[in-house]
Amino acid sequence: MKLRSKHLLGLEGMTKEEITLILDTAEPFKEILERPIRIVPTLRGVTVVNLFYEPSTRTRISFELAEKRLSAEVISFSATTSSVKKGETLKDTVRNIEAMKIDMVVVRHQCSGVPYFLTQCLDSSIINAGDGAHEHPTQALLDLFTIREKYKKIRGLKVVIVGDIKYSRVARSDIWGFTTMGAKVAVCGPTTLLPYEIEKMGIEVHHDVDEALEGADVVNVLRIQLERQKGGFLPSLREYTNKFGINVDRLKRLNENFTIMHPGPINRGVEITPEVADGPYSVILNQVTNGVAIRMAVLYLLSGGEGKVE
Amino acid sequence: MSNPKKKKEILNQPLEFELAILGGRVIDPESRFDRIADIFVHDGLIKEISSRKTTTRIGAKEVIDAKGKIVVPGLIDMHAHLREPGREDEETIYTGSCSAVAGGFTSVCCMPNTEPPIDNQEAVKFVYVKAKEAKCKIVCVGAVTKGEKGEELTEILDLVQAGVVAISDDGKPVSSSQVMRNALEYCKMFNLPIISHCEDLNLSSGGVMHEGFVSTSLGMNGIPSIAEEVMVARDLKLAEFTGGRVHIAHVSTQGSVDLIREAKKRGIKVTCETTPHHFTLTDESVKTFDTNAKVNPPLRTRKDVEAIKKGLKDGTIDSIATDHAPHSVEEKEVEFDFAPFGMVGLETAFGLVVTELVNKKILTWPQAIAKLTINPSRILNLKGGRIKRDFPADLTIIDPKASWIVNPSQFKSKSKNSPFGGKKLRGRVCYTIVDGKIVFP
Amino acid sequence: MPKKIKTVLVMDAKTIERALIRIAHEIVEKNKGAENMAVIGIKNRGEYLAQRVASLIEKIEGVQIPVGLMDITLYRDDIQTKLEQPLVQKTEIPFDVRDRVIILVDDVLFTGRTIRAALDQIIDFGRPRCIQLAVLVDRGHRELPIRADYVGKNIPTAKSERVKVKIKEVDGEDSVSIVKH
Repeated sequence: MKLRSKHLLGLEGMTKEEITLILDTAEPFKEILERPIRIVPTLRGVTVVNLFYEPSTRTRISFELAEKRLSAEVISFSATTSSVKKGETLKDTVRNIEAMKIDMVVVRHQCSGVPYFLTQCLDSSIINAGDGAHEHPTQALLDLFTIREKYKKIRGLKVVIVGDIKYSRVARSDIWGFTTMGAKVAVCGPTTLLPYEIEKMGIEVHHDVDEALEGADVVNVLRIQLERQKGGFLPSLREYTNKFGINVDRLKRLNENFTIMHPGPINRGVEITPEVADGPYSVILNQVTNGVAIRMAVLYLLSGGEGKVE
Repeated sequence: MSNPKKKKEILNQPLEFELAILGGRVIDPESRFDRIADIFVHDGLIKEISSRKTTTRIGAKEVIDAKGKIVVPGLIDMHAHLREPGREDEETIYTGSCSAVAGGFTSVCCMPNTEPPIDNQEAVKFVYVKAKEAKCKIVCVGAVTKGEKGEELTEILDLVQAGVVAISDDGKPVSSSQVMRNALEYCKMFNLPIISHCEDLNLSSGGVMHEGFVSTSLGMNGIPSIAEEVMVARDLKLAEFTGGRVHIAHVSTQGSVDLIREAKKRGIKVTCETTPHHFTLTDESVKTFDTNAKVNPPLRTRKDVEAIKKGLKDGTIDSIATDHAPHSVEEKEVEFDFAPFGMVGLETAFGLVVTELVNKKILTWPQAIAKLTINPSRILNLKGGRIKRDFPADLTIIDPKASWIVNPSQFKSKSKNSPFGGKKLRGRVCYTIVDGKIVFP
Repeated sequence: MPKKIKTVLVMDAKTIERALIRIAHEIVEKNKGAENMAVIGIKNRGEYLAQRVASLIEKIEGVQIPVGLMDITLYRDDIQTKLEQPLVQKTEIPFDVRDRVIILVDDVLFTGRTIRAALDQIIDFGRPRCIQLAVLVDRGHRELPIRADYVGKNIPTAKSERVKVKIKEVDGEDSVSIVKH
């Protein structure tokens, strides 16, 4: 069993077997994180470049830790697109970086399709750390890992994603990942923030949060951004909180042994109340821990050489 | 045309023709002429069109054997961006004309959104000076508003006197309904059509592709169909109210076709065009983030493509125009969101018409040719688009059976931004003739 | 036509059992008891051999011997040269290796590269007092300066031959054979 591509661009089109391989591989990596020396020599001599064209704290630190724990050489590069725009093109930038002999590129960019674009310009393995509102595959993989760890299965669970679906790459990757693994997925958000024909992704669509939460096992609460109010999608965050905010009262509709997830960063008191975010059913911090293991697994699986299998 | 009296006259003349095109299937949609015939050209004009047997004795300096070929009026592209002045790195009037004749076009209508825009008499004159060097005829469209800013009308009389055939702020809509109303009313004095790029900028704001399931799954900002349709509806209402002539450019949605069909039934003075890519491709082409498939209006859905074809078939859509929009590799090889809209089209348009419309029985040969010749000619009040005695010998000879693979690197255009690379097309241009001279190959 | 494959049985269940008992005695003898000792088996078959050796030592000495298991994939020196990445399995060392006598157990000692990886991995868990190596079979052809402290059987082989170890927990029987192509 192996991954069909040397890149990880998204979960759309990935098979159940491929996703399972990544999740299975992440388990021994999670154990490494418990060791006194949390580092293995596996990717010694491999150079990984983290290209972050969009500000990110958590994903970037998580990738850097994953790389360093595999003994890879790590270079991180942040740029705001506006400054890049004035100067050289993205293609020139990445080709220059590759000319310095690198093996893998982890890229975050506010434009959908940039990781795919890089596969067209470079020979390196490309890992998508989030592109526009398109995909954020490692986030969805760590969500899947966290849920599988808790329930020992994914098939048959009901997963509800609440919030700004339209602009969320996490939502898209989660939808592909959870549906491929056999979960039942529903999305819920204001009608203005549900993208066109989202139901064609094979999911339920709600705009009544209480209805959506009925009988659910997992609730993934997405961050709601102030910009949506300015963009005219929402009258106010206050109104959003009243209609869609996840509070203790709403949890009553969920199945027993339910789980609350959030990809972070949290707007406490907006999309989720502090009591819920910090409740015993919240796996928000487990998600963060598991993120490192998942990213180690992805880096490991994509770092194969050219030789033959013995 | 095969009037025996006229034939005798010719036979009596000692004159040798400059060019004879023998044995081709001649299609002239205006006169509904469609049969095997010979065409004789002299002094840049069509001098004789007649059935073969009677004219074998007539001599000519140059003879084209057109057996098995189709001879049609020189194609007219009523919507192209030739980028001069301003972006000569992407295209010039000369290179654009080379591209045009390679695609069978003998006249090209260039849009005014150059840098600076063609919004005054001097700019129009500049285009016509440059056009003297061109391989085909260039006709110029002027801007509706100064600087294409959508605020003040240009000096339209001046533009008309300098030779513009239409006005348009193409690339941008005339957002103000009041300005559009005034333009339509004012242009009535010159029987001048306004070519309208229909886009509600508020609805399309930030969009880079059609808003549909594909944009949803790719997480890209969409341009909804209604961004086009509300403006089409507005322009139709304004045309009805003012009695002015509006020509809707690059129609891309089912809703637009329906609106225009209704308007034509009500007698509103509206004409419209679509492009080869809008009757060929869908938003699925964007799935590989190919920036060459980024156009405005965007590639729509299968349903829209079907509606466009239906509109072409029933005559709602009058003409086919390329919306040839050259962009440099540097500008296109970037993040999808940052790439400019547009694709080149002059060299693939005819092959796409044959492959997608004629061979798929959407249009007959005469119908297809009409949308590339006489229809745009009528809309713009041109002389061309006809095979008619004593009219300019602008002719295109095509091999309807020949197939070829699109290879953008061999385009004559300065720019290669086409999403059709590798596509197999039927129908190849063999000769392009402008004023009796073979300009291609 | 398929190549002729010849299999020669070199150890049966009884021989293997005797060899493991002897190894257990040697370990106790060499270390003058089993105090502060732990056994680590290398995945897959070494894991079960380690458990057997540990329980044999327990029988002799009457003390509890902790057992760990180790997957050395992430410490391999050929990871960049493989097209398909080997499956990573769990490593479980449920005790502190610091200051312990570690008995590392594997089925076959061949090039020594696996043992090199295992040694590096153990040391990343902490500094043991010493590491000793016990193998069921030593077939020669070392590529690194590594030797076993306890050997069940030395089996001289040609490099092209394969040594096939079967053990009950994985394969349903205990045996060692040489496969000649």
